[in-house]
Amino acid sequence: MPDEVLDCRGQRCPLPVIAAARRMPQVPVGTVVRVLADDPAAAVDIPAWCRMRGQEFVAAITGPDGPAYDIRRAH
Amino acid sequence: MSASPVYLDAATAAPMHPVARQALLAALDDGWADPGKLYTQARRARQLLDAAREATAQTLGVRADELSFTSSGTTAAHGAVLGGLAGRRRVGPTLVHSAIEHSAVLHAAERHVAAGGVANPVPVDRLGRLDLTAWSDAVRAPGVALAALITASHEVGTVQPVAEAAATCADAGVPLYVDAAQSVGRVPLPAGWSVLTASAHKWGGPPGVGLLAVRKGTRWESPWPADEREGGRTPGSVNLPAVVAAAASLRAAAVDASAEETRLAPLVDRIRARVAAEVPDVEVVGDPVLRLPHLVTFSCLYVDGEALLHALDRRGFAVSSGSSCTSSTLRPSHVLEAMGVLSHGNVRVSLHRETTEADVERFLAELPGIVAGLRAEAGVVGL
Ligand SMILES: Cc1ncc(COP(=O)(O)O)c(C=O)c1O
Repeated sequence: MPDEVLDCRGQRCPLPVIAAARRMPQVPVGTVVRVLADDPAAAVDIPAWCRMRGQEFVAAITGPDGPAYDIRRAH
Repeated sequence: MSASPVYLDAATAAPMHPVARQALLAALDDGWADPGKLYTQARRARQLLDAAREATAQTLGVRADELSFTSSGTTAAHGAVLGGLAGRRRVGPTLVHSAIEHSAVLHAAERHVAAGGVANPVPVDRLGRLDLTAWSDAVRAPGVALAALITASHEVGTVQPVAEAAATCADAGVPLYVDAAQSVGRVPLPAGWSVLTASAHKWGGPPGVGLLAVRKGTRWESPWPADEREGGRTPGSVNLPAVVAAAASLRAAAVDASAEETRLAPLVDRIRARVAAEVPDVEVVGDPVLRLPHLVTFSCLYVDGEALLHALDRRGFAVSSGSSCTSSTLRPSHVLEAMGVLSHGNVRVSLHRETTEADVERFLAELPGIVAGLRAEAGVVGL
């Protein structure tokens, strides 16, 4: 389970990525943040952001709240 | 202040070659009659069409009777895919294709699937290069009627391992269709294909002319209602003046191709290096070496692709984008998606025979400021 949830539903890319980029430095290392994002570009851009920033992309999930992406702060 | 225009979207449509314009004007006078009729005007039109076919076939290295002129690269791709599948429907229902084919090929594949067929996409790596192992497995599976591989990506420029993919196809007895729209008139064509398509406005010909070449002995069957024109491969009267212009400009482009490659490839290298060095948080995508000479793509983190296109346009730069916000479907480019690279803030720059070093320098000088301005406006600096 994620430690916290960022609800970015209804936002178009790059907004969900920006929201994740703003939040991650504020949480302790090891924290898993779940980004809810229904823009299809998020499926590509959130893992790509993790790769570029050296953060851990845990998984993409589709749950009751729609598509979601778990990121763990790695450093 | 209005900036002088710098057109950098040749991969969509190259500015018309002067030879195409001349040929088009001449053929408007001389080539309006129906080449299929038996009077003097028709014979003149027939001569023009035959000469255009002969010249184009020679450039492609095919026989004239293997080549048809279609009404666009898209129509040619539709015909290549659906005809290749129809010709071998008794072998099986499956189309194998790379995940990075042009939408024309993917839409034909969707039609095939809707009609009960099977489409098996093969992945690419982070650089946009075909996974040859997965390709080999897919092509060797039972029931494969046709395999489709773009010669080089129209979105990121990565050249595909067509020779290796073709060898696998030959071994498995599966015909290979190559979409060569970004290669014809620019770089040498790979060997080993059975069906090839191209598009004239990519090489400086007029829009609305495509090429469909089907090698002798290929089991290809027209998917269209019957029509005997163009070898029975594509229906309707050809736009003869445009075809004549396409053929003339292809010949000219082919003559200049290696000099243009030598001139443009270093300009693309310069763009790749300078964009990576001078724009923070940018991902330059595609293979840095095995790539088309005229095309480069990059994505700017936290930047809205549509805003970036508009900002560039205001400064006179015409470029293309694979970002979802710039597409009518609001989906990111399937090519960037298949590669797993950033899709927002995406820009594709493609050069042509009129592109100068000064154009590229002005683009490189202005881009960092434009991206910085958009980031400042969006409040994402320092993220
Ligand atoms: C690789 C590729 N295939 C096919 C096409 C379609 O060609 P046309 O624009 O002539 O329909 C294009 C152009 O968009 C292309 O780049």
